Amino acid sequence: MISSIIFIVVFLSAFAFFGFKILKIRRNILLGRNTDLSGNKGQRIKTMLMVAFGQSKMTARPIPFIMHFFIYAAFLITQIELIEIMIDGSTGQHRYIWHLVEGSFLGSIYTFTINFIEILSVLAFVATIVFLSRRNIIRLARFQKPEMKGWPSKDANIILFGEITLVTCIMLMNSSDVALQRLGVFHPTDTLIISRAIADLWAGIPKETLLIMERIGWWGHILGILGFMVYLPFSKHFHIFLAFPNTYFSNLLPKGQLTNLSAVTSEVKLMLDPTADPYAVPAPDQNAAPVKFGAKDVQDLTWKNLMDAYSCTECGRCTAECPANITGKKLSPRKIMMDTRDRLEQVGRNIDKHGKDHQDGKSLLFDHITEEELWACTSCNACVQACPVNINPLEIIIELRRDLIMEQSKAPSSINTMLNNIQNNGAPWQFSPQDRANWAQELNT
Amino acid sequence: MGATPIKVPTMAELFAAGETADILFWVGCAGSFDDRAKKVTKAMAKILHHVGLKYAILGTEETCTGDPAKRAGNEFYFQMQALQNIQVLNMYGVKKIVTACPHCFNTLKNEYPELGGDYQVVHHSQLLQELINAGKLKVEGGSFKGKKITFHDPCYLGRANGVYEAPREVISKLDMEFTEMKRSKAKGLCCGAGGAQMFKEAEPGNKEVNVERSAEALALHPDIIAVGCPFCNTMLTDGVKHFEKEATVKVFDMAELIAQANDL
Repeated sequence: MISSIIFIVVFLSAFAFFGFKILKIRRNILLGRNTDLSGNKGQRIKTMLMVAFGQSKMTARPIPFIMHFFIYAAFLITQIELIEIMIDGSTGQHRYIWHLVEGSFLGSIYTFTINFIEILSVLAFVATIVFLSRRNIIRLARFQKPEMKGWPSKDANIILFGEITLVTCIMLMNSSDVALQRLGVFHPTDTLIISRAIADLWAGIPKETLLIMERIGWWGHILGILGFMVYLPFSKHFHIFLAFPNTYFSNLLPKGQLTNLSAVTSEVKLMLDPTADPYAVPAPDQNAAPVKFGAKDVQDLTWKNLMDAYSCTECGRCTAECPANITGKKLSPRKIMMDTRDRLEQVGRNIDKHGKDHQDGKSLLFDHITEEELWACTSCNACVQACPVNINPLEIIIELRRDLIMEQSKAPSSINTMLNNIQNNGAPWQFSPQDRANWAQELNT
Repeated sequence: MGATPIKVPTMAELFAAGETADILFWVGCAGSFDDRAKKVTKAMAKILHHVGLKYAILGTEETCTGDPAKRAGNEFYFQMQALQNIQVLNMYGVKKIVTACPHCFNTLKNEYPELGGDYQVVHHSQLLQELINAGKLKVEGGSFKGKKITFHDPCYLGRANGVYEAPREVISKLDMEFTEMKRSKAKGLCCGAGGAQMFKEAEPGNKEVNVERSAEALALHPDIIAVGCPFCNTMLTDGVKHFEKEATVKVFDMAELIAQANDL
């Protein structure tokens, strides 16, 4: 009875806290500029099913794809067992669903599912060990970049140890359950292949100890899952949820296409119109919000850019493919995403503490992302292509460059020379426009 | 070379004669001014002339598409260029455009429509593929036999617009052994020029991007590195020189190879 109450209280508090954090993250994401991504529902659902549910972009790297798939599948399927844990936990029953379905067709589905969960759990266990060694023993280059120092690496290890704990608890629970069935304490289930093998190791352990082991497994598993859930909003691991909406709202246009700023279009049209009367321009509306070009801080980015930041699990595939990073430049697309999230979290905390309009005098550009990083980008889209959940670091880089150029007039002098040439000569180099077709004359002699 | 003079028509001349062109050859700034890229432009003009397409150039009426300005972050300069170009293109009633520059290709195809410039835009690899398939260009000629060739994907053609097969089909039909770099197609490595990098010094690092890419191409021991972009051409030509391989390894645009195969 007491354990049922404890269970219900812990369970509901964990969900309440999770919901509270989700709303915070949602609010933060919606601090971004609006962008209309409502159309093309069919294509969006298809992209989400392929990329998030079907993990299609993970296949580019086969070993991590398979290992990640084990953990992903185990995670999805384990949720089924959670139903029974919830019922048992709140009512004090033991394997309540099994009692309902035993002997029927549903009973064989039950046994199949539990076996399936056990097999996937063991595979996920192996995968977790592989992942831990890739990060901590083999020390793969993409996990050792400067932006991974400190908390990000710790976060990754916490998640992996958490997964090991979960799998260990579920196996401890099921195997001691089987051992207790053998002693006639618990009502027998059908054969659970892996638990049966592990239960052999528990032979000779007294009933009382087994009962404690079973409870440790049961509570460890459910507390692990709830703890995981509470931890997620603080972690890069939040990608397990946001991967789905984030791929749903993927950019469906060609990767090379950048947005055209409509505020610029009207001004340029006016400049180019020979009949335009400069005095006919209506006086600027004092109440209208000033038009900003590009992005200096997170609120200037779109909500999709901000959702990208929360969807990033810091795998570093983008950085591993980035030509600038490969050749030792400071730019790392992963860092762009991590900085965006860190800054957004900071802005969110400011709002919580000091209200909506608080300015802390800091910004994403300069305080987190430097000019040197931005100017190293070749806009080659390798990062965008590499991301398994369709995050777009390039869009953020271009928006920050727009602010640098159009709001701050800060650019390397060679960029300014190129821009002046375009304006004066219609070419990025200093050639006379009159010489543009000289090659054609050379062909005609 | 240059045995028979070719008169390249401009849109203005055709317009004055009451004619129109079926396809506009958009030359681009590199193709107009850069000595290396001008050779590619000439090869393309020879091909267009050879197959008898009714084409024309804008000549001195063409200006930069605005791509490097946009990628550098200056939307004003980009749209100034774009709106001027669109005015000229619409005045001549241009329907179809071919260009040998993937940056011009991407900008014209993707970023001009919203500003009022809607054209069918193809990269020259796509036009060459079409002409070869139609039997208008041959691929057997040239002194290619026994040679080995690889292809470097331009980012703005490949990843940016998903065109991977057209250039490969054009090149692999030539009488050469085609070999692929490990980082190719969607995983192709940039030459280092995009996003306005062409016009500035690289940020501090431990290597130039074009050196990294050229090393990868040279490891295949090719005789020819084929490109489809004037900036990749510059970058890889410099990269090959960096490894002092310019005597044995040549960087060619696919238009130059097709022109050679057709004795143009």
